Amino acid sequence: MSTTTPPSLPAAAVPGRSIAAWWQAAPFTLVFALFFIIPLALIVMVSFWDFNDYELLPGFTFKNYVSIFDGCSDMSDGLCVTLKTYYSTLKFSFLVWLITLVIGFTVAYFLAFHVRSSGMQTLLFVLCTIPFWTSNVIRMISWVPLLGRNGLVNQTLISMNLIETPIEWLLFSDFSVVLAFVHLYTMFMIVPIFNSMMRIDRSLIEAASDSGASGWQTLWNVIVPLSRTGIIIGSIFVLTIVMGDFVTIGVMGGQQIASVGKIIQVQTSYLQFPLAAANAVILLAVVLMIIWGLTRLVDIRKEL
Amino acid sequence: MSDASRADSPAVVSDATGVVREATGVARRSLLKGTAGILAAGMFPAVHAQEKIVLRYLGTAVNQDKAIAEKFKADTGIEIQYVAVTTDDVTKRAVTAPNSFDLIDTEYFSLKKIVPTGNLKGIDTKRIKNADKITTLFTTGMVAGKAVGDQGTAPKKVIYLEGEKSKKFATAPTQFMSLIPTVYNADTLGIRPDLIKRPINSWAELLNAEFKGKAAILNIPSIGIMDAAMVVEAMGIYKYPDKGNMTKKEIDLTIKTLIEAKKQGQFRALWKDFNESVNLMASGEVVIQSMWSPAVTAVRTKGIACNFQPLKEGYRAWAAGFGLPTTLSGRKLDGAYEFINWFLDGWAGAYLNRQGYYSAVLETAKAKMEAYEWAYWMEGKPATQDIKSPNGDVLAKAGAVRDGGSYESRMGGIACWNAIMDENNYMVQKWNEFVAA
Repeated sequence: MSTTTPPSLPAAAVPGRSIAAWWQAAPFTLVFALFFIIPLALIVMVSFWDFNDYELLPGFTFKNYVSIFDGCSDMSDGLCVTLKTYYSTLKFSFLVWLITLVIGFTVAYFLAFHVRSSGMQTLLFVLCTIPFWTSNVIRMISWVPLLGRNGLVNQTLISMNLIETPIEWLLFSDFSVVLAFVHLYTMFMIVPIFNSMMRIDRSLIEAASDSGASGWQTLWNVIVPLSRTGIIIGSIFVLTIVMGDFVTIGVMGGQQIASVGKIIQVQTSYLQFPLAAANAVILLAVVLMIIWGLTRLVDIRKEL
Repeated sequence: MSDASRADSPAVVSDATGVVREATGVARRSLLKGTAGILAAGMFPAVHAQEKIVLRYLGTAVNQDKAIAEKFKADTGIEIQYVAVTTDDVTKRAVTAPNSFDLIDTEYFSLKKIVPTGNLKGIDTKRIKNADKITTLFTTGMVAGKAVGDQGTAPKKVIYLEGEKSKKFATAPTQFMSLIPTVYNADTLGIRPDLIKRPINSWAELLNAEFKGKAAILNIPSIGIMDAAMVVEAMGIYKYPDKGNMTKKEIDLTIKTLIEAKKQGQFRALWKDFNESVNLMASGEVVIQSMWSPAVTAVRTKGIACNFQPLKEGYRAWAAGFGLPTTLSGRKLDGAYEFINWFLDGWAGAYLNRQGYYSAVLETAKAKMEAYEWAYWMEGKPATQDIKSPNGDVLAKAGAVRDGGSYESRMGGIACWNAIMDENNYMVQKWNEFVAA
């Protein structure tokens, strides 16, 4: 991968880059600055502002950050709201990450190594994307009549005499939240892992079996390490989405499960923009730390 | 102003077409320049205004009925363009983007946030034909000569402004109103009588352990906390001096009660929008919850029994009205006044009354309703024939009586109004705690 360097790059590789290289980078820099750096800087700025019921008061105060961690030093009453919220958000992120990883890896493995014809591969791959033809919210809400107290699942179980009273934890629970997340986001795991797997030189697998490696040994010592980039990219997708989500947790959790995104949403709807901005900055810091940790495991730039 | 723009407009129109005609012959670039020039000169709106008036109507979906806009256009030729957002977003836009609408439909309790920004213009009651017929509930806080509860942001506290451009509420009636009332109602608990099978008569039942895992509460903090306060009082835990303006201690107590109930598994879900509450109730996930009257109607039209249950502690009332942004002027302003006058003139009022809301001017609405409809909706009498919604669904069979009885007994039973508290920020923070618990 690193051997196929595009012809335009050598100039940049030499110390003292040419002016042309800077020009080439300019459009993206501009877009990046306009739509990412500047808005982010504004959010950080506003997070230090004061506010009242109806206006933002420019200034510099740590009040917002202090109030977010209000009561967090006192553990006698259990965790404070912010820590509790982060705990619940991280818990969902971890569970969803683990499950989507296992499912995503399995599906990608099947597509990449078991399906022989490339036509079939494409067909099955497109099949995976079919759920994405409807909106997120619709896909989520369609679980409700299925899992409800008088829903399809409960009715079936009761009519089969497997249970007597409806199972309550199917809906509006941690279970339903994780289920919806897995349903919605496994695709984000499948695609990058599949992509990595397709790049694995098949002769390596032959070499492994020639050297007497069992199927599991090949999987663990050859395929998993070589799919690492895909796994990390998929993990970043899933973790960042779940960390910021408030719609899925709201709908599937019956609006009574906390998430950082939900708190930010409530605050913006009450015009508490500085507080919401401070929360967003903290959330961003946490997410960036997770991504930083993940990128320590693999040099994405090199692998791509 | 309106005269001036009218006189200018023909010249502008010919200018504009002239530029366009010339440009199409030359090049696209000069066409763009020409258009940019028109826009820059601010002539474009005038060209537009001459053709027809389009009013951007910002509000929640509650009043934004297609039939109302169609009828108004048929009557006056003015077009209404609905911008439907949630209650919270109406306030947010009024505060942050006052140029994005020509007419705002918001609740009185939001005014405490909007009026101090100066983004609303006082409405000149001299230009409102039916201004003196607006129900006394708004102007003096009385129903049938009897004062009703005024805890919270009762409309009479915020309906008058000191002047057209004032950022302050007037304590006594003036010529300028902040909002012209359109629609209002009193909320209570909705129940599924077929699943509860016993009479319910107190707010305290919401936290009754009997309904564990089958109760729900509204997740709009400023309204939900009022429902919670009704429950706290009904349970005899505490009596608030003003439920609509709690102290930090009172907020703590209220939230603590909610958290305890939540930890015991009392709530099946919290709901935020109309459809959520309908689905929770219709699917049987929930048998008792705080609810809005039209949501109860919606459950019933699915053929499922649902009561909008009158309770001995009374109702939590809300009221919405039309406001005008400060920046509105000229023909659009005239159009907005025309719409408000049209709205109070009876047709819309009757339309709202038939949905179970109440209209601000009862007299004109009555003139547009059948006698049997008026008797059912407003006088609490048994229906002499089937009662139908404006779009023809049967809401109640002959012989049925409206929940909560007559206008006087329902609106006379108001205990408090939706409110924004002085400690609003603290309250929202504590509410998040409840959600996270």
